Amino acid sequence: MLVTVRLFARLRELAGASELTCELPDGAVARTAWESIVRGCPALGEYEPAISCAVNEEYARFTTPLKNGDEVAFLPPVSGG
Amino acid sequence: MVDTVIEKRYEVTDRPLDAARLAASVATAACGAVTTFVGLVRDHNAGRRVLWLEYEAYAPLARATFERIGAEAEAYWPSVRLAIHHRTGTLKIGEASVVIAAASPHRADAFCACRYAIERVKQIAPVWKHEHFEGGDVWIEGATANPDDEPARQLAFERACS
Repeated sequence: MLVTVRLFARLRELAGASELTCELPDGAVARTAWESIVRGCPALGEYEPAISCAVNEEYARFTTPLKNGDEVAFLPPVSGG
Repeated sequence: MVDTVIEKRYEVTDRPLDAARLAASVATAACGAVTTFVGLVRDHNAGRRVLWLEYEAYAPLARATFERIGAEAEAYWPSVRLAIHHRTGTLKIGEASVVIAAASPHRADAFCACRYAIERVKQIAPVWKHEHFEGGDVWIEGATANPDDEPARQLAFERACS
């Protein structure tokens, strides 16, 4: 399946892209997408304990199943306001 | 000409924010109080002299999160009507980054809901500030956003009512 991964703030800068396309195996969950982009950009790995994720513009868990065409976003700790 | 633009209660925008207009948009004839919170870009942070801030958001999720915060606040204080607007892009010192308005028949609920909303924005809104200061720049990283974190929500409620 193909999914779109969106990255924000420091994650976006580390990866050098705000949007990536990942090819993932059947049965992939949000964590599978994260592991795929960390393989391409190991510097992202240190963020793992602190990030949140969203699938199709809703907060999700790392165990949330993905399907072809989904948009997965990884969010560093937030600082709005 | 009659202004027919309906103010969106929950919005992310790169345009300047207008607290008075947002306050007017939530107040009805039954409201005896409307409180506003305006977050401003400050000229110092953690001992650094701040020059400007850049705000980035995951806009669709931020709007949905503001709606969620509004629903949470209206569950605690059912008489309240809330609105949250957050700005993105480059903001100068003194500019408003966020405006929250809470209208209610009575002032106590309006104050509480407004405080609750800004605490929740800081906990769970997918918005980031990139601080440009004298000598460098840094992404500010606060809370790991988790809307289902019940102790965090409880903390926001306690702060709102303290």
